[in-house]
Amino acid sequence: MNRLRLVALLPLFALLGGCNFVVLSPAGDVAAQQRYLVIISTALMLLIIVPVMALTILFAWRYRNSNRQARYEPDWDHSTGLELVIWAAPLLIIICLGALTWMGTHLLDPYRPLDRLAAGRSVPEAAKPLEVEVVALDWKWLFIYPEQGIATVNELAAPVDRPIHFRITASSVMNSFYIPALAGQIYAMPAMQTRLHAVINAPGRYQGFSANYSGAGFSGMRFAFLGLSDGDFDGWVAKAKAAGATLDRATYLQLERPSENEPVRRYSGFDPKLFDAILNLCVEPGKMCMSEMMAVDAKGGLGLAGIANTLPLAYDKYTRRGAVFGAEPGYVASVCTIEEAQALTTRAPAASARRQTAPIRGAGLPLPELSPRRPASLSLLLGSARPSNS
Amino acid sequence: MPDTATLLKLIFGRLTLESIPLHEPILLATFAVVALGGLALLGALTYFRLWGYLWREWFTTVDHKRIGIMYMVLGIVMLLRGFSDAVMMRLQQAMAFNGSDGYLPAQHYDQIFTAHGVIMIFFVAMPLVTGLMNYVVPLQIGARDVSFPFLNNFSFWMTTAGAVLVMMSLFVGEFARTGWLAYPPLSGIGYSPDAGVDYYIWALQVAGVGTTLSGINLVCTIIKMRAPGMTMMRMPVFTWTSLCTNVLIVATFPVLTAVLALLALDRYVGTNFFTNDFGGNPMMYVNLIWIWGHPEVYILILPAFGIFSEVTSTFSGKRLFGYTSMVYATVVITILSYLVWLHHFFTMGSGASVNSFFGITTMIISIPTGAKIFNWLFTMYRGRIRFELPMMWTLAFMLTFVIGGMTGVLLAVPPADFVLHNSLFLVAHFHNVIIGGVLYGLFAGMIYWWPKAFGFRLEPFWGKLSFWFWVVGFWFAFMPLYILGLMGVTRRMRVFDDPSLQIWFVIAGLGAFMILLGIIFFLVQIGVSIWRREALRETTGDPWNGRTLEWATSSPPPDYNFAFTPVIHDNDAWADMKQRGYERPLEGFKPIHMPRNTGTGIILAGLSTCLGFGLIWYMWWLAALSFVAILATVVAHTFNYNRDFDIPAEEVVRTEDARTRLLAGSGA
Repeated sequence: MNRLRLVALLPLFALLGGCNFVVLSPAGDVAAQQRYLVIISTALMLLIIVPVMALTILFAWRYRNSNRQARYEPDWDHSTGLELVIWAAPLLIIICLGALTWMGTHLLDPYRPLDRLAAGRSVPEAAKPLEVEVVALDWKWLFIYPEQGIATVNELAAPVDRPIHFRITASSVMNSFYIPALAGQIYAMPAMQTRLHAVINAPGRYQGFSANYSGAGFSGMRFAFLGLSDGDFDGWVAKAKAAGATLDRATYLQLERPSENEPVRRYSGFDPKLFDAILNLCVEPGKMCMSEMMAVDAKGGLGLAGIANTLPLAYDKYTRRGAVFGAEPGYVASVCTIEEAQALTTRAPAASARRQTAPIRGAGLPLPELSPRRPASLSLLLGSARPSNS
Repeated sequence: MPDTATLLKLIFGRLTLESIPLHEPILLATFAVVALGGLALLGALTYFRLWGYLWREWFTTVDHKRIGIMYMVLGIVMLLRGFSDAVMMRLQQAMAFNGSDGYLPAQHYDQIFTAHGVIMIFFVAMPLVTGLMNYVVPLQIGARDVSFPFLNNFSFWMTTAGAVLVMMSLFVGEFARTGWLAYPPLSGIGYSPDAGVDYYIWALQVAGVGTTLSGINLVCTIIKMRAPGMTMMRMPVFTWTSLCTNVLIVATFPVLTAVLALLALDRYVGTNFFTNDFGGNPMMYVNLIWIWGHPEVYILILPAFGIFSEVTSTFSGKRLFGYTSMVYATVVITILSYLVWLHHFFTMGSGASVNSFFGITTMIISIPTGAKIFNWLFTMYRGRIRFELPMMWTLAFMLTFVIGGMTGVLLAVPPADFVLHNSLFLVAHFHNVIIGGVLYGLFAGMIYWWPKAFGFRLEPFWGKLSFWFWVVGFWFAFMPLYILGLMGVTRRMRVFDDPSLQIWFVIAGLGAFMILLGIIFFLVQIGVSIWRREALRETTGDPWNGRTLEWATSSPPPDYNFAFTPVIHDNDAWADMKQRGYERPLEGFKPIHMPRNTGTGIILAGLSTCLGFGLIWYMWWLAALSFVAILATVVAHTFNYNRDFDIPAEEVVRTEDARTRLLAGSGA
């Protein structure tokens, strides 16, 4: 029967030829390394899976009731040697896989700056990663390029072979930022920041999307990721520069309202504090930023006066809405302007220092990026960004 | 005098005529079919005057065997609902290409995939697993009933009450559109203001009471009610896995209850546990729900492992290979299942060391699981394997499950998970282990113990047809999803733009259709077997040449299970008794002390349904009234002193004599 089943599946294998296995043949180095892990782990496990499946079929056939030639030992139920093998074989595989996991997870930590562009090509000393700030909105993607001074919706571009550093958040609900050709995904969560380091090695037009269900417009939450040569990238930036529109806070608040299947939009400029304001949930004027709130709390809080320091919420993405027995929906009012608040708190330095490229060694591996990624608790509270939940 | 609107709001809360989905033709048609079917059923029950019989013998029963059967009926009925959802999803995804929007709007589609997950886990897999444990465990340990028979009845009805609430959401209002674990902030009041998430919360809370209590009940039963001589290391493996499963239930369901209670507080009284601002953190919910959610997977699979152990050993005509290591493997899995929850969200950005820790603990679970597979393998080795249906399901399991296990370990490697998380590869993986593991186990178990429960075998022809359609259909339905996952296709999508993907969804749809035939043939098998029950009659009580204690008594067992409590000398107690020439005692019967039926369980569950309905629709008067009524019923029940009776010795003699004649007849 199993052979028959395989024969029945043959036309399917023909189909496979026409498929784009982007996960197995990505165009970015990070995704390519992740692909290797997928393949190596599978191969390692097949070492034990294939014999088990073969033995299952063999034993089932050989010891069938009608085969009276086969030995029958109804009371044979223990063999120390065999039990040793039974436990040791999977254990050995898992030891190998565990070592691979430990190394791979640290090497491919999305927060770790890249040390190579592709196999055998390390990142040039002078290279500065392309900074991109990503915001998942209901239901479209906003990309802000601080260095180029532009912002786009639903279209992302990067020069080939230049490391990219994404800072990712969301405006309302959880999403997952995923470009299969470039690198593995990472969640985009409201009021939290995640990071991703990646590089694209071949020019092309790739698919990007949200990989975490986020509501009615989720299916249309797709964007194009363009891998461009340096010249084309400059042209792409110029195109956005020529768009003329500016993404200020009012425009953003309009953009952030739920909408589906949005076309590509380009903005030739943006409010420089916009990403931090989105991250700290204080784009609306008069709302206290999370960073400000944490700084206030760290200094002892506003005391009883703080309880009254709320204002009724007029608009909450869909409508003004609160729990049935809860207090009127509200928000904490800011005690100073956003600029003042942000001037008070210094922004944590971007993790641009490259890691040592020396190969990772055995037990007690050095933790990657100890100082910039995990600041002391005080600076964490005073930092402008709410800490990502790392 | 208040105006009509205020009055209506006072009475009906936020329930209005618009809440009835009259504008959705699919739901209307479903409703028509359900209503007609329901009316026909009610009519038939009335016509054949079965109401009194059902109430006295089934609804109010405290007999673990009947409660077990009712759990199975619930699970199979809900399987039909959950599977209809699956077929609708497959159809939508196979259609929504080339600019087509499919036939389901997002509003409806998003409810369907949420309902499919919730129903299949909570109201199909859980009742079927609990039902089998309920039926088999007391028989396997030589007990008369479970420790707390009334609690057992109450647990069943609470589970049913949860299922009723979920089914209500189909026709009154709507179900959650959040995915089966209802992650906030999407499931918070801000983004899901309507009644869907409230249906989700209260259905699971009500059913959760039942599950937790049933867990406590079975743990007590296994610890305290084993027959003399049955030490822990002489318990049948199914009992062992049931013990571990129920320990997991008792330890983890309170976490689910707590996390859903916090979500309910956020939605009802405006607390900020999981909101974006005011200090809330949605990822706390994600952590908590998976601290329940991962052990839940093992709650489902461990009893299935137990079934496979019983079946393999019975149909190989051999003792189970490595009983001790099997037991230790089960216990190790139980403990480790608490230490792996974070692998469901590696992509949260926890950092490499945390991710590695949870990845490696996950992999470690595959060691005892692998040992179990080997143990079944070597149980078959030097056996005499009879390819009856339960054994066929077991072999299908061994060949299917290892693939699912392999993809599971693959997903436990964090960098691999980054590219496969939330993809259709993941969907294929967990269906591979839940269908290939849990469901195949349940089918093996149902067919294996059916003759014990009803006194006749299941007819094998339709069963084999059902088996092949299930097994082949499974590969057709889920292999394309593995492939699509490797093509970077994510789950819960409603429409697609890449036309080259369509063929795979069509194949998967074809597979779902084959599984549909598998389900139909399973029902036909049951129908045909009931029709031809005289021809399939099983008089010995031991149709498979079984090895454990449940096969020592008649099929179906008498109310009291065993006229004399057996004494155990070996872990294959019945095989050991048969080998040593056990003689059934024929005289010296004594009256048997038994618990009495009570309607309190079904009344409490009915009131809980009303309470849930009141809370969902903000009908505060109904909620308050039901709550007071629940308290009153509980207090009143404590004054019910008429809780037990004795089966007179003469009746025991009559029952046992009847069996003696039956055995003599079958022996002749």
